[in-house]
Amino acid sequence: MKTKLLTLACCLMSLNAFSKETITIATVNNGDMITMKELSSDFEAKNPDIELKWVTLEENILRQRVTTDVATKGGQYDVMTIGTYEVPIWGKQSWLKELNNLGENYDVDDILPAIRSGLTVDNKLYAAPFYGESSMVMYRKDLMEKAGLTMPKAPSWDFIKTAAKAMNDKKAGVSGICLRGKAGWGENVALITAMSNSFGARWFDENWKPQFNTPQWKATLQYYVDIMKEYGPAGSSANGFNENLALFQTGKCGIWIDATVAGAFVTNIVDSDVADKVGFALAPDNNLGKRGNWLWSWTLAVPASSKKSESAMKFISWATSKDYTQLVAKQKGWAKVPPGTRTSLYKNSNYMESAPFAQITLESIESADPKNPTVQPVPYVGMQFVAIPEFQGIGTAVGQQFSAALAGQMTVDQALQSSQRLVERAMRKARYPK
Amino acid sequence: MAIKSTAQSKLIYTILAWTISGMIFFPIFWTFLTSFKTEAEAIASNPSLFAFDWTLQNYSDVLSRSPYFMHFWNSVVISIGSSLIGLLIAIPAAWSMAFVQTQRTKNVLMWMLSTKMLPPVGVLIPIYLLYRDFALLDTKLGLVIIMTMINLPIMVWMLYTYFREIPNEILEASRMDGATIGEEIFHVLLPIALPGIASTLLLNVILSWNEAFWTLILTAANAAPLTAFIASYSSPEGLFYAKLSAASAMAIVPILILGWFSQKQLVRGLSFGAVK
Repeated sequence: MKTKLLTLACCLMSLNAFSKETITIATVNNGDMITMKELSSDFEAKNPDIELKWVTLEENILRQRVTTDVATKGGQYDVMTIGTYEVPIWGKQSWLKELNNLGENYDVDDILPAIRSGLTVDNKLYAAPFYGESSMVMYRKDLMEKAGLTMPKAPSWDFIKTAAKAMNDKKAGVSGICLRGKAGWGENVALITAMSNSFGARWFDENWKPQFNTPQWKATLQYYVDIMKEYGPAGSSANGFNENLALFQTGKCGIWIDATVAGAFVTNIVDSDVADKVGFALAPDNNLGKRGNWLWSWTLAVPASSKKSESAMKFISWATSKDYTQLVAKQKGWAKVPPGTRTSLYKNSNYMESAPFAQITLESIESADPKNPTVQPVPYVGMQFVAIPEFQGIGTAVGQQFSAALAGQMTVDQALQSSQRLVERAMRKARYPK
Repeated sequence: MAIKSTAQSKLIYTILAWTISGMIFFPIFWTFLTSFKTEAEAIASNPSLFAFDWTLQNYSDVLSRSPYFMHFWNSVVISIGSSLIGLLIAIPAAWSMAFVQTQRTKNVLMWMLSTKMLPPVGVLIPIYLLYRDFALLDTKLGLVIIMTMINLPIMVWMLYTYFREIPNEILEASRMDGATIGEEIFHVLLPIALPGIASTLLLNVILSWNEAFWTLILTAANAAPLTAFIASYSSPEGLFYAKLSAASAMAIVPILILGWFSQKQLVRGLSFGAVK
């Protein structure tokens, strides 16, 4: 009898193992994603019929891999981590499944409108935001006080230059300002494109004609190169987000203008030497009605080639829900909650108290308008990028010119002329206007 | 005077050799050191060489966060499997090119080598589509096949070079004694060329172990080797240098150990026929 029962139990167990559906999730190694992976046992406990397999990769490798897979309908992944740049392009190409089955309690209207609009194509939501970000000014309050200055909540670029000059102390190893200099469409181009919006510049006019030969671009790049050469750290043309984060956390920067998600890193007492000395302000402007901030979110989407879309959507619903926020808060603390996606998070007093950068993050995201990113009208969507497939290539090529100008290998005029030429050539080849 | 001059040049060459070795080894040494630091110490602007709080936390985190042994096993299967299969194909190919030459042998050799001049990304989409259609994506078999194909030209070239050093008369003598082609290769050629074959095998194991284009593109959760394991610790937004270093150290230690134990064979094989 015992043997029969044991056999029956074994059969049932193996049946259970066979009935499990495995979904493969491709993601990046950012802190919030690591937390998601750690807490995913909660999802598996609630959905015993679904097993999760993770593929974690560096951003550029992930982008190359998921792009290849989605374009060839390889079907290797059921959930992909992609950014706001890919979602509208892939959504239009029908490479993604519409997220129309996120459950009754999902509360899609709670997603911040600016973030949601970037993930919607023809009124269909193609990706759910896991965390969102804009850009902001992070500064050393102690150094500002020492310099006898007060950072306004919404500073101008002129004030940033004044403050950078005042805080710059090369003898003490402190640079007045740290900005991205590393070439790449997601590195220096993101910062300088967002900056250029506040200077009234644009990548293309309404007829898709490149605009690097305009005075607005000259003013943007000249400002960037001048301030970095005078008050930036040595070798800044090789610095990206992580390098500047390391500099700021070790007290080597007075001002750092970068992603709002950095707020949680620089105020983390375990890793940051300046955790209790950091202040936050909105991205600077030039009194032209636009600030130099961007809008980005890491999102979860289901490729059209996935055969397990129902389970994939269940997972996305779990990972981007309000309940997940509560779970992270309970297990890791409110400061570790993925920011920038839901209105309700910014109404939560616990979160607002534990995240001193939360209010600035919210205001930065809310003020972002990717459909009207700059002063003049544009034919594209995107604040720090242009949401067209060609942008990865031309963005990186332009970034190399900007980086060369910063490194002193060419003048600002040469960098802009060169950018104009190469973008004109690329757009002609791609047959714009379409 | 001559003795003094020889001693001086020996000293200079020794210093030069140690300096170059040190320069090559330093990044690996620094990676190992960083793997024992905290994340804050890993990014310190004035890093200390040994005076820091040594910790094994990064190794513990990496082991708990990723299936290291699965990636390790995949690397072993892919690198050894592809090298052995490659050897099975390359030995007869190199034998025929070294000992049964035709007018077109040189052209065939050059053509084989020319496939290495093509950037891999140039054939990415056709290979990906083939793998998709033959259900080889994210399988160890798929990786073994692609690694074999990639390294085959190098294996044939290396073996061809070694075989050319063996006097044809020895093989002719075996033929005179009535040996078949198989017997000639296995009983005469292979024992003589063993150092060359061993170094070819070892070099290809190392090349396959370190390959980081196809192994990243063609795998997902099941067949990913240690290259994918390392790549999973690089982050666009976040400082995880210490964990990345721990992951790198764990990935390179097996191949370092293999290289250490086989260095005699490797050097003997690579210098085979260098001095006549």
